[in-house]
Amino acid sequence: MLRYVANRLALGFVSLVLLSMMIYAAAQVLPGNPGRIVLGREATPNAVKEFNHLLGFDRPLPVRYVDWLSDAVRGDFGANYTDGRPVTDDLVPALKRSLFLAVYAFILCIPISILAGVIAALRRGRPTDRAITITGLSLAVIPEFVLGAILVTLLGPAFLNWFPGIAGALIDASFLTKLDSLFLPALALALVLFGYIARMARAGTMEALDADFTRTATLKGLKQRQVMTRHVLRNGLLPTIAVISTQVGYLFGGIVAIEKLFGYPGVGFLTVTAAQIKNFPMLLACVLVIGVIYFVATLTGDLLTAALNPRVRLTRQT
Amino acid sequence: MPVVVEGAPPLSPKPLDTPQRVRRETLRLILRSPTFILGAIVTLFWVACAFAGLEIAPYHPIDESFGFSYESPSWNHPFGLDRVGRDILSRVIVGARSVIEVAPAASLLGVTLGSFLGLVMGYFSGLVDNIIGRVIDAVLAVPFIVFGILLLTALAGGTSQDGISVSSLKLVIVIGLAFMPIVARTVRSAVLVERDLDYVQAAKLRGERPPYIMLVEILPNVMGPIVVEVTIRLGYAVFAFATLAFLGYGPQPPSPDWGSQIAEQYADISLAWWAIVFPALAIASLVVAINLIADTVQQVLDQ
Repeated sequence: MLRYVANRLALGFVSLVLLSMMIYAAAQVLPGNPGRIVLGREATPNAVKEFNHLLGFDRPLPVRYVDWLSDAVRGDFGANYTDGRPVTDDLVPALKRSLFLAVYAFILCIPISILAGVIAALRRGRPTDRAITITGLSLAVIPEFVLGAILVTLLGPAFLNWFPGIAGALIDASFLTKLDSLFLPALALALVLFGYIARMARAGTMEALDADFTRTATLKGLKQRQVMTRHVLRNGLLPTIAVISTQVGYLFGGIVAIEKLFGYPGVGFLTVTAAQIKNFPMLLACVLVIGVIYFVATLTGDLLTAALNPRVRLTRQT
Repeated sequence: MPVVVEGAPPLSPKPLDTPQRVRRETLRLILRSPTFILGAIVTLFWVACAFAGLEIAPYHPIDESFGFSYESPSWNHPFGLDRVGRDILSRVIVGARSVIEVAPAASLLGVTLGSFLGLVMGYFSGLVDNIIGRVIDAVLAVPFIVFGILLLTALAGGTSQDGISVSSLKLVIVIGLAFMPIVARTVRSAVLVERDLDYVQAAKLRGERPPYIMLVEILPNVMGPIVVEVTIRLGYAVFAFATLAFLGYGPQPPSPDWGSQIAEQYADISLAWWAIVFPALAIASLVVAINLIADTVQQVLDQ
């Protein structure tokens, strides 16, 4: 087990370093130079040159990269091109907002999708199973902002007016106000995740239903309920729970468009804004943070799966 | 010694499953599936709109002369009018064009590039596989929408207030590149199964060169997963295009593109839900339809 953990950590680390190199290189292709962006069109070429020299933009690429990375590891992502404030001033609150939304989405999603998956497994091959599977598959491919827009139409100000269609920054908002304002964005994200988690729960439950230990439990005369709770669900759902954390990374793809739709200034919203105004210290920081979140989530999921399933931790040593 | 079972049917003189037969049977199974038929009808409808949208649509998509802003749906304008008084039904019909222009080309590009990469990784394995594999891990750590935003920002020309105008060609390239790693991973695992089989060993002993073995020997045997990837990536290409257009990367107003329509009118959803919900349903129907096709193809080929 220890070797497996060390292996996964090392691989994750290598990939993260590679990711940071790639995004730094990509950002260098960005048209225009920093001095021009900060000083504006009117600045003289000399002033632009002076500015770039002052901030070290005329040094070789590898030197700048190492510099940037060693600062970034210590939590310093540099200053905005636009207003000179530290990137982290906006990034940290945005990250908190996105995580709040992500946790909310998972809390909405997990109970319903596990229940649906178990029901589908118990009704295997019947119309209920088909309906749950097809619904899940379809919801998983509809873009999050489309689901969000349809949800707002139904439950938002246009008809039922149960929930607001715009979230905003929610500064100083109470916990209940946050839950209310973020219900529709969280639900849109939850619906996209529904299909995957339900499919995992369905597969896990089906495997446990077919297992010998379930037959033994039934044949030795246990009540149906005991067989289900003690034998089928306990064995069938543990892998599902481990797999859920790998979905966090997927969720952050959807969060970009959802935050934009609802005007909720989280990491996704910040990414889009930074890209539009070419504020590239911020853009780099956002992409790197999203990458780190993905790695931590995937690693947690893999380690949980390994801890629960000896077959994985003993055979996947590559 | 073969065991002869009493009453068993006689062994047929020639094999029943010639490649042509298998292919015909596969096609028959796909074409007869109700989910495939439903998916194909909806997809073909939007393809028709993409090609002949201006002829089908009752009005011109950017004609603003019909009356008031945000007129609600009526007999003359079944989907209502938008903020500047354009007919939404016509805009939804003509809006199919931009996505149909980009999505199939992007998915083909992504699958082609990814298949080559996957063939190389699976065939050479070892160090090559390890290095490319780590790069792929790194790229896949960022959701493809974020990857797309980064690339498009790097490629795009001038900035504007609302968004960055991006040509269809750039979108095809960026979405294709974003899909390359995930396709490479799928094809690689299919190639790993094939590479140790006898026919590959035989080709190596004959002294064939690696490109020949990869393209002529292995590629035809991993076409199943590749075809499945094309259909799955097509759905995600529509997804990616719609999302990028919504975020402002792609067709700009007054284009009737679905994603940019939603971005343009969303702030007024409490005044006029019809300006948002019809383009949204159009996107949803197209991705779900393509996904139904992909699901059928996958199920039949997996059997």
